[in-house]
Amino acid sequence: MLRRRLNRLLGGDERRVDSRTIYVGHRSSSTTEAFIPPKFCDNRIVSSKYTVWNFLPKNLFEQFRRIANFYFLIIFLVQVIVDTPTSPVTSGLPLFFVITVTAIKQGYEDWLRHKADNEVNKYPVTVLEQGRKIRKESEKIKVGDVVEVEEDETFPCDLILLQSSRDDDTCFVTTASLDGESNHKTHYTVPDTEKDLESLNATIECEQPQPDLYKFVGRMHIYKNEQEPAVRSLGPENLLLKGATLKNTQKICGVAVYTGMETKMALNYQGKSQKRSAVEKSINAFLLVYLCILVSKALVCTTLKYVWQSKPGQDEPWYNEKTQREKDTNLYLKMFTDFLSFMVLFNFIIPVSMYVTVEMQKFLGSFFITWDKDFFDPEIKEGALVNTSDLNEELGQVEYVFTDKTGTLTQNNMEFIECCIDGFQYKYRDANSELDGFCVTDGPVNKVQEKAGREREELFLRALCLCHTVQVKESTKQSQGDGLIDQVDGFGVDGEVPRPPQEQRGFIASSPDEVALVKGAMRYGFTFLGLESKTMKILTRNNDVEMYELLHVLNFDPVRRRMSVIVRSKSGDTLLFCKGADSSIFPRVRQEEVERIRMNVERNATEGYRTLCVAYKYLSAEEYAQADAGLREARLALQDREEQLITIYNQVETGMSLIGATAVEDRLQEEAAETMEALQGAGIKVWVLTGDKMETAKSTCYACRLFQRNTELLELTVRTLDDGGRRREERLHELLLEYHKKAVQDAPPVKAGVTRTWSSATQDYGFIIDGATLSMVLNSSSESNSSRYKNLFLQICQNCASVLCCRMAPLQKAQIVKMVKNSKGSPITLSIGDGANDVSMILEAHVGIGIKGKEGRQAVRNSDYAIPKLKHLKKLLLAHGHLYYVRIAHLVQYFFYKNLCFILPQFLYQFFCGYSQQPLYDAAYLTMYNICFTSMPILAYSLLEQHICMEVLLDNSTLYREIAKNAMLRWGPFLYWTLLGVFHGLLFFFGVRYLFSNPALQDNGQVFGNWSYGTIVFTVLVFTVTLKLALDTRHWTWINHFVIWGSLAFYMFFSFFWGGIIWPFLKQQRLYFVFANMLSSVSAWLVIILLILLSLLPEILLVVFRKPRGPHARQKKPVQSSMGGNQSPRSSARPLLMRTFSDESNTVI
Amino acid sequence: MMASSYNAKEEDGHNSGASNNGGAGVVKSKKPDNTAFKQQRLPAWQPILTAGTVLPAFFVIGLIFIPIGIGLFVSSNNIKEFEIDYTGVDINNPCYNCAKNFSWNSTTPCVCSVPFTLEQPFESNVFMYYGLSNFYQNHRRYVKSRDDSQLNGDQSALKNPSKECEPYRTSEGQPIAPCGAIANSLFNDTLELYHIDSNGTRNTIPLVKKGIAWWTDKHVKFRNPGGNNNLTVAFQGTSKPVNWRKPVYELDPSDPENNGFINEDFIVWMRTAALPTFRKLYRIIQKKSSTTPTLPSGKYLLEITYNYPVLSFDGRKRMILSTISWMGGKNPFLGIAYITVGSICFFLGVVLLIIHHKYDTRNNSPDIPN
Repeated sequence: MLRRRLNRLLGGDERRVDSRTIYVGHRSSSTTEAFIPPKFCDNRIVSSKYTVWNFLPKNLFEQFRRIANFYFLIIFLVQVIVDTPTSPVTSGLPLFFVITVTAIKQGYEDWLRHKADNEVNKYPVTVLEQGRKIRKESEKIKVGDVVEVEEDETFPCDLILLQSSRDDDTCFVTTASLDGESNHKTHYTVPDTEKDLESLNATIECEQPQPDLYKFVGRMHIYKNEQEPAVRSLGPENLLLKGATLKNTQKICGVAVYTGMETKMALNYQGKSQKRSAVEKSINAFLLVYLCILVSKALVCTTLKYVWQSKPGQDEPWYNEKTQREKDTNLYLKMFTDFLSFMVLFNFIIPVSMYVTVEMQKFLGSFFITWDKDFFDPEIKEGALVNTSDLNEELGQVEYVFTDKTGTLTQNNMEFIECCIDGFQYKYRDANSELDGFCVTDGPVNKVQEKAGREREELFLRALCLCHTVQVKESTKQSQGDGLIDQVDGFGVDGEVPRPPQEQRGFIASSPDEVALVKGAMRYGFTFLGLESKTMKILTRNNDVEMYELLHVLNFDPVRRRMSVIVRSKSGDTLLFCKGADSSIFPRVRQEEVERIRMNVERNATEGYRTLCVAYKYLSAEEYAQADAGLREARLALQDREEQLITIYNQVETGMSLIGATAVEDRLQEEAAETMEALQGAGIKVWVLTGDKMETAKSTCYACRLFQRNTELLELTVRTLDDGGRRREERLHELLLEYHKKAVQDAPPVKAGVTRTWSSATQDYGFIIDGATLSMVLNSSSESNSSRYKNLFLQICQNCASVLCCRMAPLQKAQIVKMVKNSKGSPITLSIGDGANDVSMILEAHVGIGIKGKEGRQAVRNSDYAIPKLKHLKKLLLAHGHLYYVRIAHLVQYFFYKNLCFILPQFLYQFFCGYSQQPLYDAAYLTMYNICFTSMPILAYSLLEQHICMEVLLDNSTLYREIAKNAMLRWGPFLYWTLLGVFHGLLFFFGVRYLFSNPALQDNGQVFGNWSYGTIVFTVLVFTVTLKLALDTRHWTWINHFVIWGSLAFYMFFSFFWGGIIWPFLKQQRLYFVFANMLSSVSAWLVIILLILLSLLPEILLVVFRKPRGPHARQKKPVQSSMGGNQSPRSSARPLLMRTFSDESNTVI
Repeated sequence: MMASSYNAKEEDGHNSGASNNGGAGVVKSKKPDNTAFKQQRLPAWQPILTAGTVLPAFFVIGLIFIPIGIGLFVSSNNIKEFEIDYTGVDINNPCYNCAKNFSWNSTTPCVCSVPFTLEQPFESNVFMYYGLSNFYQNHRRYVKSRDDSQLNGDQSALKNPSKECEPYRTSEGQPIAPCGAIANSLFNDTLELYHIDSNGTRNTIPLVKKGIAWWTDKHVKFRNPGGNNNLTVAFQGTSKPVNWRKPVYELDPSDPENNGFINEDFIVWMRTAALPTFRKLYRIIQKKSSTTPTLPSGKYLLEITYNYPVLSFDGRKRMILSTISWMGGKNPFLGIAYITVGSICFFLGVVLLIIHHKYDTRNNSPDIPN
């Protein structure tokens, strides 16, 4: 009753479906109400797709949903039903093989899933029931059960933390298996719950399951002796996620709220959308062409057949009468079945084996990425990771690279560099630091200069110590606070210098900036000792321990770009400390303070440091009470909690006074500049999308050599827009037109980027835009302007060497990627990033690459490929991508070619056999051609070929341009291969045809029949097709030798074997001794040799003629590459070049 | 652990977490093996086709092919071949009447004689072929209309031939042996050759009917049911093919080794031709002595027992006399093809040499000022 009233009060009734009610421990809330246990799903995780019973039908259904498989099934059925020239076995066997292999693979994967599921589902857990502890299997947990979890166990379902063995009602968990963040996160028990869980009578109302790991809203009603129930708000900090592991806490008790497939982990595990590669699109286009060829061939044959039959005596000569059934069949039905028969006869032109080979190539090929030891990073002891093998070749087609800055271009390994208090600069210099930048302050090491007032200094340092969410890493062995030796934050990064042990304190934070700041404060003498039951302890410079009560944390989020804490000092003052980006702090502080700091901030930013401003304000008792009430109310809200909180935050964080600013250096990744240079050399346009400030990002771009000294910068930011003093819209319009004129219209016509060289004659442009302006461009007020601006913007960007987009929200990153992806020519895009904020763009781009960085694993989880470092991108694209593309492109073209010249003679033979669908080749040959005789060499080629060896590819990034824009799978090459196939097919058929004008080919005068004819053609075919591949192979490993010569030998062996025995299961012994007899004929030998040679002659000629024009014969490494190598280490160690300032003058405003 | 923890990426997350936190825990090194294969560094031969390597090949091919071609051409030209069409389309043809008056039911065989003259003597063994034109032995319905088990002597197939033999499977309720359209349409003209002496006497030329079929066909693929003895009994309960005048066991009653399914004429016929115009080996005229030619030049008479109608489908029948060389029968195609390809290769070699030479000088000249 009470609950119902409450529901009504809070508007819960209307949205009943949006929330669920859980009875803790299945105890009904009130005795008057009948207790109806709500129906929730059980705690079984089912990630498997099939069961033993439905595996066959379900798997078959799924496989035949693929258009290719379905096509082959239809062909097979036609063969079974209609009287067709080839037996159903010829297409049934390969199809069966493909289906079986796929089914076995999927079945095995599913078996593994079953095993993993069982491991999780059968895991014993302890459930408290009526005060007793009962061991249960994990899958039997029901929503509302109170579950006990011990240290280092994983949570079996999503739990609301009720009780912890720790005194401060917290527990620590690590979510390494969920999002990869290995730090310990603190979770809190629901406040004021009774210690005795048996007597706890409570209900929990929470939202329906949703996949966001970091969002949870709920409310707990605690009933005590018929009093008005107490209401507690529940947030993500109360929720323990299934899959996370309990750490540093002996045991906890929690109530299950989401179970089984409704847990956040399970909801998150839903598969990603499939990305399709451009090569696959090409394959489909080619398929369509071949399907047309197939249908037209069948149509031509059917038509000609009936024309031919209309001549008297041809249709049914006395020696070849029709059966009664044939005579009775309706003419049109007969025509139709004839058409189908021709389709079946020529269906090999679209080979089922191509799909298998392509799949195998992709699957096996992707192992080379995981195996590559160059991708192995000794720090994290991991190599590259391939999440999808569908996109290997796409790596060779990238035209745009969108990169995140923090953690991707830079190391995200923060180091506190300097700070500024009230406009005075403080620089910390470590004696053995590698950094030798100029130093303004040259005071004694480790001591703050007395410049600003001491009080202000200490306020600033206290702010640094208090305003964060950093935890002190606890060690279970050692007591807290006595100089832990922990290596949590720096995993021995080579830039890390060993510090005195007292400074080596483990801090854990979600953002490395915070750790850097806390450590920075520590260097100046203020040490954060830890947070214990809402009390923050600080060790001051004078070795006093100060205690602050932590009242509220106003969390950081990327939209506000700041965070605050409200603390109460011992003296009873309530203070708010706020730190955040300058743009979000400056409007909220007193303006007269800003100017002093702004200069410093901007200078720091141009040097490439990450700057944060620190502000504070005293809260009067009333102000605090108001804020406190507001915050509590907002936190209790079930709906729109986020929005309400932000409103309150914004109300509180006003009228602050600025204390100072910090500068944190984020070093460039190893070889970042070389990588970027190589990418640009490869004709790839690099766009930097970052949430960082323009100045910081710009200097990073300079350091990465994305912007060169002579690059003319086109800026389109809020600053440039405001310059004109007119309305922003007008100015935007004006600037866009101006830049467009400069970059697009006046630029010399560039031929598709392929021929562009690094000559100094052409002016390079760099483009800079910020988030606010971008949203103006994209969401302009008028509809017509919007698309026009977008067009102008795109054209400018496409003509710039590199583009920098700063101040981007995650969604805007994806927006940009989408815009470029859908622009003219639909270029292939690649996104690379390491953090959760890059996930949207990683998912959006054609190829998403995650860096196994420090910002958790979301990026890696959502990526298609993950690499440990940015520098690996170079090899991934230039070497692996290039090779994969060449391999698969050749594979596809070759497959179509070899089947065209396989089937063309069969088609031509119809003209000589009365269009009767007589197959030229024996059924065994028809079946085995694609499966055995010609499949292995191309597979080996497509796995091992290195037409240019890897070192050369890495050294000459321009080689990448040669395969740009799907160069090997465009209609030109396709036409070439098709013509080659036609040429070969014609040659094979007519060569043998003229030989057979006198079929007495043996020296004993005996004659050859039609199967000998087919066998000769087939022998020529197999040899030519294999040798053609041998001609194309540039990289002969022993595997290639083995497979190519082995295939030919196998063909010979098989033919002997197949013709050497009277096979009892065969209805007709067509090939009996045909092959052996063929080999006994000198003429047959001669014609085979002649035709093979003649077929390959144009190919050899082409290779010879083409060779001299190639720009890159296999020469030794060019000299300049080694020079570039020498330069590199210096610049990456010292990324911030002084020329940054001089380059400012290039900026166009 | 996640349910689907076999997935590598989850394990990664786990492991890194463990190694970072646990410190001394079991740190499994995931460092990839440094094997040549995995690093794609297998030792490889990297052939480069350049003008330098291809040029000699072209010349060599040219130099090999041209002599072979000439040899082929010469030996093809040395083969003596004589061909005569005896269909009887033309009213002047001796077989005109036989062709015109052909009837399936006639009991008396129609015999016609075609005289011809050999201008040149045939020195070595002479092979006698019959040739048919516009006869689609490669028609699908025709090709499959046979039962190889039956022909292999299988008893059950003899009594119950394959369905493929329809409509030549049974006749008058009895299974046909040999069944099918191919067997049914067995070429049954009898050809006899006479040499006309200068004084006008006809001398029969002995025709050998052994060795015209593939050895393996005769000895393995084709077998009589129940051995070669007493074929009449073996074929009891079967019917002769509808168009045949005599049952299969009377194909060659004189020679039990050439009777029934293993009759060589039959076997030759059963090997279906590749093209609608074809020839099949009929008889061999063996050389008797080294001094006299097998067939001296002069007048000959071909006597045909005209049983095989071809006019209904506009076909033609020929008799071919041919000698044989190491490359088989007369066929100038191979020789010409080899000469052509050889010449092309040689020519291309020359052209390439010139281009190569010119290109090289062009390529080198700009380097000098630098």
